[in-house]
Amino acid sequence: MAVERRGAAIEIAGLRKEYLSGPGRVLALDSIDLRIAPGEFVCIVGPSGCGKSTLLRILAGLDTQTGGTIKVEAPGWAVQNAMVFQESGLFPWMSVEANVGFGLMTRGVGAAEAAERVDAALKLVGLTRFRKHYPHQLSGGMRQRGAIARAFVTDPGMLLMDEPFAALDAQNRVILQAELVRIWEQTRKTVVYITHSIEEALLLGDRTVVMTAQPGRLKRIIDVPFPRPRDVLALSASAEFGKLRLDIWRVLEEEVTRARAEMEK
Amino acid sequence: MSGLSGKARERLLYLISPIGLLVVWQVLLMLGIGDRRFIPAPSDIAQRFVKLMANGELEWHVAVTLYRVFLGFVIGAIPAVAVGLLMAMFKPVRIFFDPLIAALFPIPKIALMPLLLLAFGFGDASKVALVAIAVFFPVIVNTYVGAANIEKIYWDVAKNYGASQMVMFTRVVFFGALPTIFAGLRIALAVSFIVLVASEFVATKSGIGYLIWNSWELLQVDTMFVGIVTIGILGLITSVLFQEVERWAVPWKME
Repeated sequence: MAVERRGAAIEIAGLRKEYLSGPGRVLALDSIDLRIAPGEFVCIVGPSGCGKSTLLRILAGLDTQTGGTIKVEAPGWAVQNAMVFQESGLFPWMSVEANVGFGLMTRGVGAAEAAERVDAALKLVGLTRFRKHYPHQLSGGMRQRGAIARAFVTDPGMLLMDEPFAALDAQNRVILQAELVRIWEQTRKTVVYITHSIEEALLLGDRTVVMTAQPGRLKRIIDVPFPRPRDVLALSASAEFGKLRLDIWRVLEEEVTRARAEMEK
Repeated sequence: MSGLSGKARERLLYLISPIGLLVVWQVLLMLGIGDRRFIPAPSDIAQRFVKLMANGELEWHVAVTLYRVFLGFVIGAIPAVAVGLLMAMFKPVRIFFDPLIAALFPIPKIALMPLLLLAFGFGDASKVALVAIAVFFPVIVNTYVGAANIEKIYWDVAKNYGASQMVMFTRVVFFGALPTIFAGLRIALAVSFIVLVASEFVATKSGIGYLIWNSWELLQVDTMFVGIVTIGILGLITSVLFQEVERWAVPWKME
């Protein structure tokens, strides 16, 4: 597959999100500045409640910011973004193939072309045999594969992933991480990936962004130097990996401790 | 009974109480307890049932009643589902309909019968209209509740994947609410028999309600019971058919 075409470029400047909570206002995100290069895989880690999901929802157009700007340039892409949700969000009333084709149906892609693209996407994630099944007949891992196929099939300039593997058991998580890396390396879309796992951020991403506890700010941005294509399993056993993981954990630890102290006050 | 599966055995057990009731009823009357002219024995009712079937009278009344129920049900349920879904999707629609439903739902629909006779005359139309009105309310309330309780993630997915309002309506909100819609339709089915039979007591010469009322006026108590039993049987059959439709229409519903 040609790797010429690169994903969307994202430029976030001074992003701020406040929302009403009871009598007061809560500052969820504050002064977020981040540039993401076309085709880059960026992972965002941070303590629970740091607003990382809110950031992703704003990028997805599901939420609006209170201040600041987001510029997304995705020339040549029919679809700007597609999101993979934490719980797969496959519609229970649609078969796997109807779910995967949903984003094509909504955009009026012709039946023949849509069928072809759905076929390819199902094959990519290994769900061809289960195309007629309903989501409740699938395991959690298979549902998440379906959600990934649904996102890739629309051929989006950027892929937004909100802890997509958090609900899976450890084995399934490793398998799906490896598959995601494989699929992504073929297509080189821009990916923004939210996770609470440092390991996951290092295995998958080109850069790891560490966020602070509430209000969510960018604490540190770390380049992940591991070459591609990556062997997820071998990489996680290497010494450099362990060292980098520890470095990031130290950074994150302050935030987690601070968040806990905040909560106990 | 050892040759039967557990499920079949359980079904047979369900027959014990109704059959037992009939046996006790029969025996009491045969012992001379109770006046058989006013309370016919199950065997008398069965005989009358067969006779009314043989001359085609019962079938005619059943056909008329089913026709009115079916037509009224469809006419009432379709707009109720549509408006219920729109209420969940659009706040102005909700604000418009909410107070109307709250005010009109508690009115006993049979109280509207004189008004409907004025409006639609003595033919089928007034009965069909009554059924439609009675069906409308439980269906719209259930549809709205079902659609409003669709998990937020499905709205998010639909929006993120470019669903238009039309796709939202036909592919997401409708199906998301469908299990609850069916619960409303099941209630509506029972309600439609209740109001229809009552409405057939007056101003008509056909239908099971007419059969019951007419036999009361002629003091044909066994025919009256035939009418009552027939309604029960119709209710049972339609509700079983309905469950089959539901199983076919909601294949993703987890057992």
